[in-house]
Amino acid sequence: MGEAVIEVRGLQKRYGAIEAVRGVDLRIEHGEVFALLGPNGAGKTTTVEILEGHRARSGGEVRVLGYDPERNPVALKQRLGIVLQRTGLEPYLTVAETIDMFRGYYPQPLPLDDVLAVVGLEEQRDQRVRRLSGGQQRRLDVAVGLAGDPTLLFLDEPTTGFDPTARRGAWAMIRNLRTLGKTVLLTTHYLDEAEVLADRVAIMVRGEIVAEDTPTGLIAAETETSIRFRLPEGATLPEEFGHHETTAGRVEIRTPDPTRVLHALTDWAIAAGIALEDLTVHRSSLEDVFLRLTGEEESKDAS
Amino acid sequence: MRTLGLVLRQLKYEERSFRRNPAAAFFTLAFPLIFLVIFTAIFGNRDVDLGGRVVSGATFYVSAIVALTVVNSCYTSLAMSWVYNRDAGVLKRIRGTPLPPWAFLFGRIAYVVLVMLALTVIVVAFGRIAYGVALPGATLPTVLVTLAVGAFAFCALGLAIATVIPNADAAPAIVNASILPLLFISDVFIPPDVGAPVWVGHVSAVFPVQHLSEALQTGFNPFESGAGFEPVHLGVLAAWGVAGLIVALRFPSWEPRA
Repeated sequence: MGEAVIEVRGLQKRYGAIEAVRGVDLRIEHGEVFALLGPNGAGKTTTVEILEGHRARSGGEVRVLGYDPERNPVALKQRLGIVLQRTGLEPYLTVAETIDMFRGYYPQPLPLDDVLAVVGLEEQRDQRVRRLSGGQQRRLDVAVGLAGDPTLLFLDEPTTGFDPTARRGAWAMIRNLRTLGKTVLLTTHYLDEAEVLADRVAIMVRGEIVAEDTPTGLIAAETETSIRFRLPEGATLPEEFGHHETTAGRVEIRTPDPTRVLHALTDWAIAAGIALEDLTVHRSSLEDVFLRLTGEEESKDAS
Repeated sequence: MRTLGLVLRQLKYEERSFRRNPAAAFFTLAFPLIFLVIFTAIFGNRDVDLGGRVVSGATFYVSAIVALTVVNSCYTSLAMSWVYNRDAGVLKRIRGTPLPPWAFLFGRIAYVVLVMLALTVIVVAFGRIAYGVALPGATLPTVLVTLAVGAFAFCALGLAIATVIPNADAAPAIVNASILPLLFISDVFIPPDVGAPVWVGHVSAVFPVQHLSEALQTGFNPFESGAGFEPVHLGVLAAWGVAGLIVALRFPSWEPRA
């Protein structure tokens, strides 16, 4: 039984009267891509910064690669790559010089060409940092995090502000990391990103982890499928479908048994001579799970 | 040895960045000369009485602009770049690597001190060529020691003020407000014999700039017979440096503030 890369028990962080993190447990294994999701202010960044050694905790146990990050051990830093939200790189150095500068901080750095290949900046290697596009600068951030050939890489919102093409590029890059055998702790706002990239996902709301599973596991636990369509004017659906109207003329039926309901629905429509326009059957996505979980917490709060 | 290697490595990247921004580099290098030329043009044909020994206006201003260079390179530019780097997340990023934070810090300090030395050479050489100001002879060791103590004191004070500056936008205003008045009352812009009220001298004597400029006046005074060592001025400067160091170490400032 190997040691987990990250092991957290009962982690707490208080800022005065505010409890930012309220008893978080986490276990992340070698080679996993683990995504931490949650709305703004959920305590994701605080949690990650405690793991990185940037912040002291108020309570609980934390082990990262067997070390307590709060003690700031150099041996731990040599095996970590941290990609923060803000860039802050020297604008007048070239891409290769920037990566080399950081490679020099580590005992066994990743070869420069390997770093460039993983992040896809081979063609920009001699370009000045200030001439890079936003997406390229973000890749350079990741490159700098990879320079020391880390065992564990923290990626804090790696694609925020990207256009769709740049995001696909970044996803390919994160998949490259997996093939290198890196353990990645990803925080993100984008649920599709977590769904596509992560082996496991934890959803954090108000300082607590409210769900944790593989993306498919989380979605599978979501028992209802949504059937949506548009009814022509004047037509009324029988009560038994348990439907509700969403926006003008659009109807949604949520059901754990889509096969039977769809059959009954189409039977009824054909018999009544009604066309169900824009008919879609929509399996739950991670987004639905997320919205339900975060929504539940919000309403708990309101009551 | 490894320590020195890490610092030199940081210095190499600092120097490269400096060289690659020619506009900034040019004005950094030209800045003290602009002041030297302007002040000498306005007050240069007037002799300056330095406590009984009279020197030419240009001689006074060479020592004064060297003092300005120490303050500007060490205090102003170190404080501003530190806050700027802190806000941009540069310092936080460094803290996440195995590089010891002080290696980064000393790389930056070595860089500002090198700029200071280069500017000093430029100012002194220009003074010699354009105005015939005598180079320090027997007083050279005093000038070098004063530069060293001055660099220590103003680097430490620059890091100390950085701890109280909330963000990069506020940096120029706070740094300038803290240093410009002292430059006016401490024999840098205005010669000491213009008949300012006595209390001005009492005020300036409390602060470090006055002691830096007086020690340099002696170091550049061609009529100074001995080595011109100024233990009191250097002592006050060093005390300010130690105070700055304590503040900087007591409230280390590496993270952007919200």
